[in-house]
Amino acid sequence: MNKEWKPRIVAFFCNWCTYTAADLAGVSRLKYAANIRVIRLMCSGRVDPQFILDALSKGADGVLIGGCHPGDCHYVEGNYKLLRRFQMLKRMLKDLGIEEQRVRLEWISAAEGEKVKRVVNEMVGQVQKLGPLGIPQKFEEWDKEMEHFATQVAEKDAACACACAERDKPALATA
Amino acid sequence: MMKQQANGEIRIGFYICHCGHNIAAMVDCPDVAKYVEKLPGVALSRDYKYMCSDPGQELIQKDIREFKLNRVVVASCSPLLHEHTFRGATEAGGLNPFFFHMVNIREHDSWVHTDRKEATEKAKALARAAIERVAYHQALEVKRVPIHPDVLVVGGGIAGIHAAMTLANAGKKVFLVEREPSIGGHMAKFDKTFPTLDCAACILTPKMSAVGAHANITLWSYSEVTKVDGYVGNFTVTVKRKPRYVNEDLCTGCQECIANCVYKEPKFADEFNEGLGKRKPIYISFPQATPQVVLIDPEVCLNFKRGTLTDKCKKTCVEACGEKKAIDFKQMEEIKEIKVGTIIVATGFQTFDAKRIPQYGYGIYPNVYTSLEVERLVNASGPTGGEVMLRDGRHPKAIGIIHCVGSRDKKTNRWCSRVCCMYSLKLAHLLKEHTEAEIFNFYIDMRTPGKSYEEFYDKLLEEGVHFIRGRVGEVTDWAMTPEEEGKLVLRVEDTLAGFVRRIPVDMVVLATGLEPQADAQAVRRMFNMSCGSEGFFLERHPKLAPVNTFTDGIYLAGACQGPRDIPDTVAQAGAAAAEAMVLIDKGYMEQEPNTAYVLQEECSGCKSCIPLCPYTAITFDEVKEKASINEALCKGCGTCVASCPSGSIAQRLFEDDEVFSEIKGVLAYE
Amino acid sequence: MKYSYFPGCSLKGLGRAYEESLLPVMKHLGVELQEIEDWNCCGATAYMAVDEAKACVLAARNLALAEQQGDRPIMAPCAACYLVLNKTKHYFHDYPAMKDTIDRALGAVGLRYSGNTPVRHPLDVLINDVGLEAIKQKVRKSLKGLKIATYYGCQLVRPYATFDNQYNPTTMDRLVETLGATVVRYPLKTKCCGGSLTGTVPEAGIRLVYILLNEARKRGADCLATACPLCQFNLDAYHAQVRAEYGPVLVPTVYFTQLMGLAFGLPERDLGLNRAAIPFKWRPTEAPPAKVAAAA
Repeated sequence: MNKEWKPRIVAFFCNWCTYTAADLAGVSRLKYAANIRVIRLMCSGRVDPQFILDALSKGADGVLIGGCHPGDCHYVEGNYKLLRRFQMLKRMLKDLGIEEQRVRLEWISAAEGEKVKRVVNEMVGQVQKLGPLGIPQKFEEWDKEMEHFATQVAEKDAACACACAERDKPALATA
Repeated sequence: MMKQQANGEIRIGFYICHCGHNIAAMVDCPDVAKYVEKLPGVALSRDYKYMCSDPGQELIQKDIREFKLNRVVVASCSPLLHEHTFRGATEAGGLNPFFFHMVNIREHDSWVHTDRKEATEKAKALARAAIERVAYHQALEVKRVPIHPDVLVVGGGIAGIHAAMTLANAGKKVFLVEREPSIGGHMAKFDKTFPTLDCAACILTPKMSAVGAHANITLWSYSEVTKVDGYVGNFTVTVKRKPRYVNEDLCTGCQECIANCVYKEPKFADEFNEGLGKRKPIYISFPQATPQVVLIDPEVCLNFKRGTLTDKCKKTCVEACGEKKAIDFKQMEEIKEIKVGTIIVATGFQTFDAKRIPQYGYGIYPNVYTSLEVERLVNASGPTGGEVMLRDGRHPKAIGIIHCVGSRDKKTNRWCSRVCCMYSLKLAHLLKEHTEAEIFNFYIDMRTPGKSYEEFYDKLLEEGVHFIRGRVGEVTDWAMTPEEEGKLVLRVEDTLAGFVRRIPVDMVVLATGLEPQADAQAVRRMFNMSCGSEGFFLERHPKLAPVNTFTDGIYLAGACQGPRDIPDTVAQAGAAAAEAMVLIDKGYMEQEPNTAYVLQEECSGCKSCIPLCPYTAITFDEVKEKASINEALCKGCGTCVASCPSGSIAQRLFEDDEVFSEIKGVLAYE
Repeated sequence: MKYSYFPGCSLKGLGRAYEESLLPVMKHLGVELQEIEDWNCCGATAYMAVDEAKACVLAARNLALAEQQGDRPIMAPCAACYLVLNKTKHYFHDYPAMKDTIDRALGAVGLRYSGNTPVRHPLDVLINDVGLEAIKQKVRKSLKGLKIATYYGCQLVRPYATFDNQYNPTTMDRLVETLGATVVRYPLKTKCCGGSLTGTVPEAGIRLVYILLNEARKRGADCLATACPLCQFNLDAYHAQVRAEYGPVLVPTVYFTQLMGLAFGLPERDLGLNRAAIPFKWRPTEAPPAKVAAAA
């Protein structure tokens, strides 16, 4: 990357609480870091773990999810169901070696414009310290590595000139 | 998985709004428009000063026709503000309104960032996300939800009364639920009201009787709402009717039972008179109570022992009731269930507990009173018949009224309670009238914002009431001079005169502020509302939607939303009634078609989704072994969509592909 | 329970009755006090008013020494010392410039202050660490019949109300009630005694002293109980001037520790009761009166 790296955080905000709080932060002209991009959903319960992983794999350095406080969900309990999913996802992320501060769940009510500002600034600061996650770049590197291996193995087999080249051909074709 | 729109080529019209300087000052709009122009699928890209204006909307319509657009994206303010407007414009231009998508670059961008370059980059990223997403949008039809014509009004104070009367007079059937034994709320306790000095009871009681007599109003007093299920147009409300031990239909309000109670003299602290008066175990809250029905307090009635019936009393009350046979000691709590389409919450306020400021001596010195207690003292139907007396029977020669007790203070309540200056002036006038005492008002600022309010203040100045601008430091009984012996001394800095003063008085009146009711949090959860940071119920928009809440079909009226006086309360109650009538008269409400649906061929019959829906919209067909969703019940949260392991539930307007494309778009711009 | 003990100048001088009664009482309750080695004057209110930075540095030296000598909280019985040390601690945390000054000054003599050691008053320790129950156990001679006006002075709960209510403190009230005494309602319990004004502007100082004594007398108090040596001195030593100006008001002022000593049955000569100008003559009865059969 030629440009100086800046964190990019994708946020999934629920319509009734967090998105409204972010609007309130705007109306109150509070200022916070620009590294955040909000995607609006009706409820935090709609957040599929795939969204989070997809965002990270497409280049996000962090993901922030905002929902209503427990007990306050506009749809009664959607936020609890997200919480369950999120706890499981956190373990998986840990196994994948992704730092805990990169994926964050916050309960922010419609009146808490200040909290939006604080959480965004905090998270951007933390992710800035952690550095780029850079998964798309990693995908590219791994792809190159795999290609390199595949070519190597193919050359070796061709040079071997024994029956194993014939036997292994179907495997090579899919490599 | 939804495939991308197969209707041939996607032609997107993109508009970025300057919003005057609001967006343009921080976001380089022409630059964003130029960037978007080059994106795939974009047929035209414009920047414009005010998209929400008539010309702006007409521009969209014109462009749709001229350039054969089949998608529209507007980057401007929050969708919560104008999504509806632009969907309307899109529809007027001949396109299905759901081919429109909105980008928030004002509340979420230009208003919250300080670096023009960063803000513009962000706008480009968000715009790109919308461009990617809108290609996946499908044509959808708005949902219509039928509205049950009945209304529930919670709270029988002046707000609830006025809202109920307005609706009942318009021919709607209203359930009015009030927690206390009588309607009337706080207003029933007041003596006179500012600034006209109308007698509160005189203007309130006709309305109360009208409520009691109205054919369209079902009045359930001494009752509480315990559960609210359902959603706009279809609420199922559970109401608990507490036992009075008196049959409301049979009691005529003659009050012979009270006169003949075995307790010859009233003995128990009287709630209506703020504990200043006494009542018997069988009582009526106040003479003009509506309904005119007595009730029995099982905690002190001799026929009970601490609330449980023992039936050991002589029951002279039953004897006095005679043939009416209205008293029923076996009466049980009754649970009622009603169906309504709209709800108006008018649960009012509570006064600040003066004990929280020990410096003012409430509860320590007997002659320190709260304003509400003094309302009862000056009231002709109060515990002293309107005679203002100290606790020991003497008449006060000097009275101090302290403004802002509990209000405008970081340590207690931050806000101004709005009515205290006015009612303190009123009490000053009434007290002077009743006692000829020297009256001192201690204020920080004199707040008289209403019609004829400032003139009322002038009148008080002419009456010779003393006004001292300063916050009272303490009320104390230590005397520094012989004249102060036996008095309560108020120590205050007179900021206009410039020195600290000691003012000896006989009686101190604390102008306690207004706060949310003690159970405000529990109540708002029940109605699925929010509270603001101070604890009052939260309106949808402070200026444009002050009586709506974020939950459709539930409205607010009166002091439960914030401190206010009677004129504003009545106005707001009328507004809430009007909002409810909009829905009722229209008969239906349009809702966003963001419902979930099951792709039957992909459903694996695992049943994980069934217990997830709070609206029980998902059912399982045991024969076909597939789940299906009743879209009339679905409210569009998307929880089932996210949890389906086989990915066979999808949500209109929030399809997986739509969200993935937004993620892609938001990250595509480096 | 062990504390670093900061007596301050008063407790070694005019207020020595406070120390004389405090030490045996604390010992009796099993509270160990280790006097800070080489402590210096805290500067009290006077120095703070003249040069805040120097005053804080002066006070901070004591805090640093205490830390150096042991990781335990500090007990400062004199209300002025208590306030000055706490103020220094607050300023150290709240004002980076002040912290810097203190760090440099202390550093110049090889000392360091971490900013963390709590500075506590004996009333705080007695109520919260020792507990009223434990104190009650040690009462041998109940103070029943003694009517006390508890006087806290202005520095114990202002501006920092850490262990008691700012407007209406009750720790001393509860303490003397546990000893069996009766507390009279005394609305002036946190009003200023005049401080140094009795020396510098006598007409103001003596007047404040008179107000306090007079109100105590009016409320029927047999004595005033105090927790600050300057308060005790002001209320006790100026009765001649009070009489000259306003008439005689002879209400004795004792330290709460002296009352504790009497209640515990500790030897009287150890309690410094003879040092007061207005003698405190009331004593608890030796043994509870024998039970007399109810007369017919």
